[in-house]
Amino acid sequence: MNVTSIVAHPLGRLGVQSLPFWQMLQHPSRMNIINGVIATGAAGILLMGALVTVVLITRFHKWRVLWTEWLTSTDHKKIGIMYVVLAFVMLARALIEAGLMRAQQAFGLGGGFLAPDHFAELFSTHGTIMIFFFAMPFLTGLINYVMPLQIGARDVTFPRLNSISLGLTAAGAMLVMVSLVLGKFSTGGWFGYPPYTESSFSPGEGPDYWIWALILSGWASTFTGINFVVTIWKERCPGMKLLRMPLFTWTALCTSLLMMFAMPPLTVALSQLALDRYLGFHYFTNAAGGNMMHYVNLFWMFGHPEVYILILPSFGIYSEVVSTFSGKMLFGYRAMVLATMTIAILSFSVWLHHFFTMGQNPDINAIFGIASMLIGIPTGVKVYDWMWTMFRGRIRFTVPMVYSLAFIFLFVLGGMSGIMLADPGIDYQVHNSVFLVAHFHNVAVPGVLFGLIAGYHFWFPKAFGFRLNERWGLLSALCWTLGFMLAFFPLYGLGLMGLPRRTVAYSEPAYVPLEVVALVGAVLILVALAALAVQLWVSIRDRDRNRVFVGDPWNGRSLEWSVSAPPPEYNFAVLPQVNDRDAFTSAKEHGSAYQPPDTYIDIELPTHSALGPVIGALGLAAAFALVWHIWWLAILAGLSLLATMILSGFARHTTRMVPAQQVQREQQRWLAVASAAKAVTRREECKPSNAGLAVQEEYEGVAA
Amino acid sequence: MTGQAGKTAEQARLAAEERRDLHAYVWGVTLALLLTVVPFALVHEGHASRFALWVVIGTFGIVQMIVHFRCFLHITLSHKREDLQLILFSALILIILIGGTVWIMGSLALRMALPLRT
Amino acid sequence: MNEPSIRHPGLNLGAAHGADDEAAERVLFGFWLFLMSDAVLFGMVFATYVTSVRATAGGPGPHDLYDLRSVFIETLLLLASSFTFGMASLALKYKHATGKLVGWLVVTLILGASFLGFECHDFITMFAKGGVPSRSGFLSAFFDLVPLHGLHVTAGCLWLLCMVAQIARYGLDRQVKLGIMRLALFWHFLDIVWIGIFSVVYLGGLV
Repeated sequence: MNVTSIVAHPLGRLGVQSLPFWQMLQHPSRMNIINGVIATGAAGILLMGALVTVVLITRFHKWRVLWTEWLTSTDHKKIGIMYVVLAFVMLARALIEAGLMRAQQAFGLGGGFLAPDHFAELFSTHGTIMIFFFAMPFLTGLINYVMPLQIGARDVTFPRLNSISLGLTAAGAMLVMVSLVLGKFSTGGWFGYPPYTESSFSPGEGPDYWIWALILSGWASTFTGINFVVTIWKERCPGMKLLRMPLFTWTALCTSLLMMFAMPPLTVALSQLALDRYLGFHYFTNAAGGNMMHYVNLFWMFGHPEVYILILPSFGIYSEVVSTFSGKMLFGYRAMVLATMTIAILSFSVWLHHFFTMGQNPDINAIFGIASMLIGIPTGVKVYDWMWTMFRGRIRFTVPMVYSLAFIFLFVLGGMSGIMLADPGIDYQVHNSVFLVAHFHNVAVPGVLFGLIAGYHFWFPKAFGFRLNERWGLLSALCWTLGFMLAFFPLYGLGLMGLPRRTVAYSEPAYVPLEVVALVGAVLILVALAALAVQLWVSIRDRDRNRVFVGDPWNGRSLEWSVSAPPPEYNFAVLPQVNDRDAFTSAKEHGSAYQPPDTYIDIELPTHSALGPVIGALGLAAAFALVWHIWWLAILAGLSLLATMILSGFARHTTRMVPAQQVQREQQRWLAVASAAKAVTRREECKPSNAGLAVQEEYEGVAA
Repeated sequence: MTGQAGKTAEQARLAAEERRDLHAYVWGVTLALLLTVVPFALVHEGHASRFALWVVIGTFGIVQMIVHFRCFLHITLSHKREDLQLILFSALILIILIGGTVWIMGSLALRMALPLRT
Repeated sequence: MNEPSIRHPGLNLGAAHGADDEAAERVLFGFWLFLMSDAVLFGMVFATYVTSVRATAGGPGPHDLYDLRSVFIETLLLLASSFTFGMASLALKYKHATGKLVGWLVVTLILGASFLGFECHDFITMFAKGGVPSRSGFLSAFFDLVPLHGLHVTAGCLWLLCMVAQIARYGLDRQVKLGIMRLALFWHFLDIVWIGIFSVVYLGGLV
């Protein structure tokens, strides 16, 4: 890294050979052509997608709106929506990759069509994206949107930091996307174990793409966790005691605490791997006193709490959905809260079960095995609480409720296989087989993904003011559920038959039938994804028939339903006073909902800020430069980042006032619509007559 | 409490508070100095047994951390304080993670004959 | 109310500062959360060091490389800087002359910079003795932990400079006050981490 090398190689190790079709042109074998066409096609789709987006934005003159209303916004609601959009884009890529992998394995008897490296890239990006760039942004987005509304706050405590977190997450996601076009992504799986990912075995840019994408999103998650914890701790409205918070907010609190405490081990593991790769350190190498098992230990001290970071918010969503669509208060609220906290703390004491086979003392295995099984207890409490909540309720089978029911059945099965794997003896047998793949998909898909999509359906009307199409939603839920079962139940069998995970090809004909069934499942899941897209399009087309401006389409129970849909930027004209759990239900019963306050006051809101997108862009530039060894750009971007942070400290006037008259005007317009609207019973919930005002007499299962 | 009298009382209260705050820092730096010098001196002399030295270093280190928390960061037991709860929670996580790591990696080193233990 | 109400970790501004004191509560709690997260980061690096300390791979070990005298001076410098920052916090809280506040901040900065100077000198001496990070697992772990703390101190020094510049530009407005208070937490926190480093790394290594 001296001046001459910078002049000689201004683009570092980036060159024509980094293009996805280069190898195919140089060595046009059958395998190279197939893989080159697939890689080039993927890059083409990405570039076309970006191009179409740019053209559309330009065509409709939306650049200014995009910048001033969205990218620089510090409004938690808009940031939340942007997170979810990002998550859906990444989900599409990861699911297509999953389909390709299932196809490869279905035809994998004696070869298949994908090169081993290409297959390895697919499972690495699939896992990385699903965890860091689908589930994390999605749940962060939902918490961002919903949590401040649920606790009666106007925003999160640090709105600019919130925007920076989004910028860094998006930068990480973009880095993963760039790897489709330039160079290759890591082939080391989503956890990138050394020494395979050390420069001696993987000298290329792949692991570097992976490292920097995760470091960017890891920082983002740390800041997000801190931001959410301080918000929940300090910004609750009057009367919102901790034990009156909706369960989704409780799970958000526990998840955020986990983010705060579990992200640092990942940052340490990744930066040590980077030091090994870039500066020749010896943390995880085979030589000179390095020990690869340090990495495994560090990674899973992050990795296991991460699993609960992902699933706790979904547990919160299921709690809200089951309670709302059963028309009953959540059963066992305190037990649920306690179970959530127990899971959060226990999640730090089980990480060793990811490497039972490392070679440590069996006593250690036994203790961590028992600790892992213990997590089944609070989780079981939750399952019973959801069932008791439904018991004797008037259940409405809306889309979120269908997802919740599918979750309860499937998640219990996944949990059972988890208890099996928590036994070190069994783990030794099925370790590294697709049995494990079946297990974690069985908890992650119904547990995390179904929950997030249920939350998307549940809160979509709140965010955009109209309901999503039920029929396409049900079709999608059906395809997801059936597709999931077909795609992953066969893997339990295949695992017991001895198929190792991440196998590109095999020579055992007995695997083929189950692999084909799994492929059918994957296709159904892709249909489910397409159905979601169609649903969105149909719902936007029919939006005027499904408006719920009054804001309470589901006869909701917590404060987010007590404001208009979409809510005003300041959320509440006057901060609510809470006297009970299920604050909005209580307000509706006591007749205090939809009442104007005595006086209106000016409301202080954060101003827009370019800090988030600027830091995101500089972070992306620095990371890209480090991946390709473009040292001048890395230094330039790093110094710019430092300068940006220093200068941002000099910014003043970071808040603005919304005048009381404007608040009054907007509030009165909403109240006028609410008083003119016809209240609907739950039977009309999914009909155009539902304007977002609920008939009150049918509470607690009493018929209207 | 109005007018001149109130103002003087307020000033007297502030002056007393300032004295208290100053004392905290002076006490803090004195104790910390003492707690630093002793282990350094013992290690420098090198007469004591290894085990005794480790115990002294460990104990003095932990006590000095508590002194810093108390005198410089003003974390006290007397108030209802979420900061203290948070410190204790963080300490719990750190103990689990660091203790677990030393235990696991130590066991591995022992069984794999890695040069981790003497 | 006789006892001043305590809103957050560190020296509280007190009721005399009115709304600034109220605003400090959430901002300082938020920063405290960050420090706890940072503590876990340091904890993981400590764990790496402790489990790598024997992995010298035939290269130089603690006894060949550490200089107790230098570490003792560094410790005293950092402790003194914690005290001078405390004096700066008092000057802020009790509304002493701004010059006095700036003076204490500058003294803190000088002490911090001297600490960094001594530390760099340590590293250069170690390099000269063959103690480079790529030599062994032990040295890699050492050069993760100690420079990470040094990097934090460097950030703290830069932040001190920024605060002095902000005082020059804006006087003691709310953001400057909150900035100094957060920096105080950061500085005292780094001193606590240093206790861990000199106890575990240096004293523990030289026993």
